[in-house]
Amino acid sequence: MSFLDQFFDILLSTLLDVLPIAAILFGFQYLVLRRPVPHLRRVLAGFALVILGLSFFLMGLERALFPLGKLLAQQLTDPAFLGIDPAADGLAAIDWTRYVWVYLFAAAIGFSTTIAEPSLLAVALKAQQVSGGSVGATGLRVAVALGVAVGIALGSYRIVTGTPLHYYIIVGYILVMIQTLYCPKPIIALAYDSGGVTTSTVTVPLVAALGLGLATNIPGRNPMLDGFGLIAFASLFPIMAVMAYAQIGDWYSRRLAKKSR
Amino acid sequence: MTKLLKNALKSLLDSGRDLLPIVLVIGVFELLVLRQPIPNLLELAFGVLLVMVGLSLFVQGLQLGLFPIGEGMAHSFASKGSILWLGLFAFALGFGTTVAEPALIAVADEAARVAAEGGMIERDEESMGTYADGLRLAVALSVGVAILLGVIRIIFGWPVQYLILGGYIGVVIMTAFAPEEIIGIAYDSGGVTTSTITVPLVTALGVGLSTSIAGRNPLTDGFGLIAFASLTPMIFVMGYGMLIQ
Repeated sequence: MSFLDQFFDILLSTLLDVLPIAAILFGFQYLVLRRPVPHLRRVLAGFALVILGLSFFLMGLERALFPLGKLLAQQLTDPAFLGIDPAADGLAAIDWTRYVWVYLFAAAIGFSTTIAEPSLLAVALKAQQVSGGSVGATGLRVAVALGVAVGIALGSYRIVTGTPLHYYIIVGYILVMIQTLYCPKPIIALAYDSGGVTTSTVTVPLVAALGLGLATNIPGRNPMLDGFGLIAFASLFPIMAVMAYAQIGDWYSRRLAKKSR
Repeated sequence: MTKLLKNALKSLLDSGRDLLPIVLVIGVFELLVLRQPIPNLLELAFGVLLVMVGLSLFVQGLQLGLFPIGEGMAHSFASKGSILWLGLFAFALGFGTTVAEPALIAVADEAARVAAEGGMIERDEESMGTYADGLRLAVALSVGVAILLGVIRIIFGWPVQYLILGGYIGVVIMTAFAPEEIIGIAYDSGGVTTSTITVPLVTALGVGLSTSIAGRNPLTDGFGLIAFASLTPMIFVMGYGMLIQ
């Protein structure tokens, strides 16, 4: 049966991904630290659950969500839907205002895939735990997801207009540096991390499909040169969003303190 | 037993809530914007169920296995007091988990095609393969260095923003000199390095270290490792592009 075949394929490849990590962990534990792993049976059960969980997760994505997401990205970037006629329109075809649905879709897919991202969930859980609840897991995830939404929408705009990627990134860096000066100190490291965790299992394939679809269908864009870069946007904007989230929270609690006085 | 069942049900519902936005986005765009029927509705429902079950199993396993072993090892290394072994472990973890990363393999192959198209390398299987392997090695090395650097930062308590700032300046300078074809890929390679299994482990390592070293705060100092791992690949990949040119 093809269902089971596919499941075992995915299980096997997840297992192969975990193998080097497990080898490094247990190698150092037994050869360098020379100490048994505490609660070994629980840890092994945890690894088994992680591998099994990721396999189910990837299986579901590949069967249902990825094909639909890619189909949507194709349909939305289809010249017929966008109302482009490369022969007749000429330069008017690259008028960025024609692609409003694409930006909206980019933002929506960026937000929703980030909320479902397992890596972000892991970091948010840990942050909530070590901050004693002052950094809420849900608040952090929503802030990161909003950052990704803005990032991918802006990244699509960049592909449509064909402006160079590094201008955006450099301006983004400058904004991050300015925000760092004014942001509450404890959140800085966490904010920087949240840029790296947004783009993995769920987000990358869907966002890549969107970028490639856009770059292929818009006249004058080269999918090789312009299709990349969306992921870079999705890694930069969450940093700003999380720092803004902390800054707003900081400002709000100071205002409350002022009022109660 | 009922408690276990209740917990399982609750985590399943949580995962359902996490997935709701994706389902809504697909539904709204397909039905209202594009006005097309959703193909294979049953298949979609089944897929969503699988993703829900998978996500809740993953979170359970995280709490049971990945978090405790990462933190436990950080504590053991801190009490052993050998910076050399800790550094070696940090580098091995970064390098070892990245070199086999499927997303990176995909990006490297794509990058080799771009490079061949742009005339940077010969357009044959062999030189494209060498190019892709070199790129993977560059990224894996950079992640190893990043985790090592991050661990050293936690030990000495350097503020994270200075290192990130330095990294940004590095990226901007490299951008000015790197061949144009590689810039987009270099920027993207920072995002694909950190996989779903590496992130929880590295986070647990950082938090565990900053908990066991006196004077470090797990919130302020424990995070930041992943940020380095997303920044250094950009610099290394652009450096690789310049080397090949």
